Amino acid sequence: MPEAAVAATAPALLPAPTSAMAAARLRWRRRTRRSLLVLPLICLGIAAILTAIDGRGFGYKLLYALCIGSVCMATVDLTRLAYAGLSDRLRTSRGLPFVLDEAALGWRGVIPGAILAMVFGPPLGLQLGDWLTGLQSPSMLNLDSTSTRLTLAFSVVATVVSVVVLSTAERLSHARALAQAAQRAAAENQLRLLQSQLEPHMLFNTLANLRVLIGLDPARAQAMLDHLIAFLRATLQASRNTLHPLSAEFAHLADYLALMAVRMGPRLAVQLNLPPELASAAVPPLLLQPLVENSIQHGLEPQVDGGRIEVSARQVGDRLHLDVRDTGAGLGAAPAGGGTAFGLEQVRTRLATLYGARASLTLQTVPDAEGGTRAHIELPLG
Amino acid sequence: MQRKPPDEATAAPARCLIAEDEPLLAAGLQADLAALWPALQVVASVGDGLRATEQALALQPEVCFFDIRMPGASGLEAAQALAEDWPEGPGSAAFPLLVFVTAYDDYALQAFEAQAVDYLVKPVDRSRLAACVARLQAHLADRRDRAAPAGEAQQDALQAAVAQLRGLLAGVPTAAAPRLEVIQAQVGNLVHLVPLAEVLYFEAADKYVRVITAEREHLIRASLRELLPQLDPAVFWQVHRGTVVQARAIATARREESGKVTLTLRGRPEKLTASRLYAHLFRGM
Repeated sequence: MPEAAVAATAPALLPAPTSAMAAARLRWRRRTRRSLLVLPLICLGIAAILTAIDGRGFGYKLLYALCIGSVCMATVDLTRLAYAGLSDRLRTSRGLPFVLDEAALGWRGVIPGAILAMVFGPPLGLQLGDWLTGLQSPSMLNLDSTSTRLTLAFSVVATVVSVVVLSTAERLSHARALAQAAQRAAAENQLRLLQSQLEPHMLFNTLANLRVLIGLDPARAQAMLDHLIAFLRATLQASRNTLHPLSAEFAHLADYLALMAVRMGPRLAVQLNLPPELASAAVPPLLLQPLVENSIQHGLEPQVDGGRIEVSARQVGDRLHLDVRDTGAGLGAAPAGGGTAFGLEQVRTRLATLYGARASLTLQTVPDAEGGTRAHIELPLG
Repeated sequence: MQRKPPDEATAAPARCLIAEDEPLLAAGLQADLAALWPALQVVASVGDGLRATEQALALQPEVCFFDIRMPGASGLEAAQALAEDWPEGPGSAAFPLLVFVTAYDDYALQAFEAQAVDYLVKPVDRSRLAACVARLQAHLADRRDRAAPAGEAQQDALQAAVAQLRGLLAGVPTAAAPRLEVIQAQVGNLVHLVPLAEVLYFEAADKYVRVITAEREHLIRASLRELLPQLDPAVFWQVHRGTVVQARAIATARREESGKVTLTLRGRPEKLTASRLYAHLFRGM
């Protein structure tokens, strides 16, 4: 199920057509430009070789080659379009979304087209050439004629070569586009992550407090600046892929909460509980930061009297339990969407990437007298 | 500033209120103001939006500094409440000059550029605050110099503030939310489903919203702030910070002396009040 989900999201990175007509148009556009470029090149080559063999009539040979080539190419492309359209129809009738690539890029759609082209291309192409020039070519049914054999052989070779070349080029460019889209999405996500961690509102309010403190109490200002430096360094250094000890995670939270304590004054009470034996347990860096930020922003800051935030770690069997609890406004009060959702989604994604089904994040309104919200994480130890 | 010597302007006594939830920032602003405008007396410094309105109404200062992001009510909501409840008539004071204080882009700053007397972006540097102080002093001097009778000047100040706030409230970005079809009001184990079309009006009541239909009333645990984006503004009109009425349910609107508008309803005996911020909704075609 997870693999299927990942596979389904990959093509979605590229703009997806929403109707069968749109899909057909997109396929046609992608395909035709390349075909129109390759066709004259191959025909020129064939005409040149034939002229070299019998030594005359390059112009006629080129014209006939172009006629046969066009019919072959059109047959291949139309068959592919029809096949893709049919598979789209089939998918919609089953309630599945369009998958542009499967039908358009698969060999299943190309091979029938190529076979049809090899059978019908030469006779129809010759007909077309005769009609254009007013000449009478030998019948394609007469297989003893050298010219018929040559025409057939060249048509088959040219069709196979061009189909293989074009399909490979198409597949390569599609893979490139997918890779680019994935790269863009990753960069965008990284930027959003950094932005959410260096939230401008938090940063400028902290600086405003620091500015006042410098005048009032230089020693406290210096201590606050030290917390800010440590917070910024840890935020900018945090890599999404490595792990760090739980003590470092708690130290980072302590820096952040120290900054918030200066800002909120007596409205914020903080309690960090890290048992010494869990200090070296490995966790993803800044895993708890978005949860603590949510507690402050949506739980405590909106309350006139503020409240308490409690972060604790516990070992249960071979698993690590992490809790971020506040005595704030509770879950119902947080606005849907916005920053909260991104923070939670980010924690969930990171846990899923690193631990799969072995880790979890749950949120609940605390049923005791103080109320508020508890975020609970479970992950394997070691 | 040319018209008045600076010492006279700075010496002019004025009273101000500071609403800021971060204690250090409140203290810092107060200290900077003391240095730049010694004659300004800070009569109250409060940490939430509800007390900001309450204290401003009680003390009637000439100047208010409102932080935008505050617990209880935002600076903008506090200003709205202040404009709705500010007394009018002979003997009442002029509406305070409002300065909004914000960190980064809480709200579109352009809205403040156009509407507010002034706004400050945190951290506030000394020269920017000095410019703000000069602007406030000029406004106050202008008020004192007006040839108009005192009552009329006060009227103008209130009208100007109401127009400003209307502009600001219209500019507040609202999160797009799906439209509601049915209100679900829970009482114990029973959930009442009330079609939105049957709701005559909503009224804020502390942490709840009263939902009134022709037959009865329900309580839902929500705030008007959450509810509003889910209602069609053409069908449900906000007429007061705590009241949203279905337009079809309004029978008559009578403009009162105070600038407020009294509404009578179809299907309900009680009368509702539209505040002066929303009085412009009611005028003959």
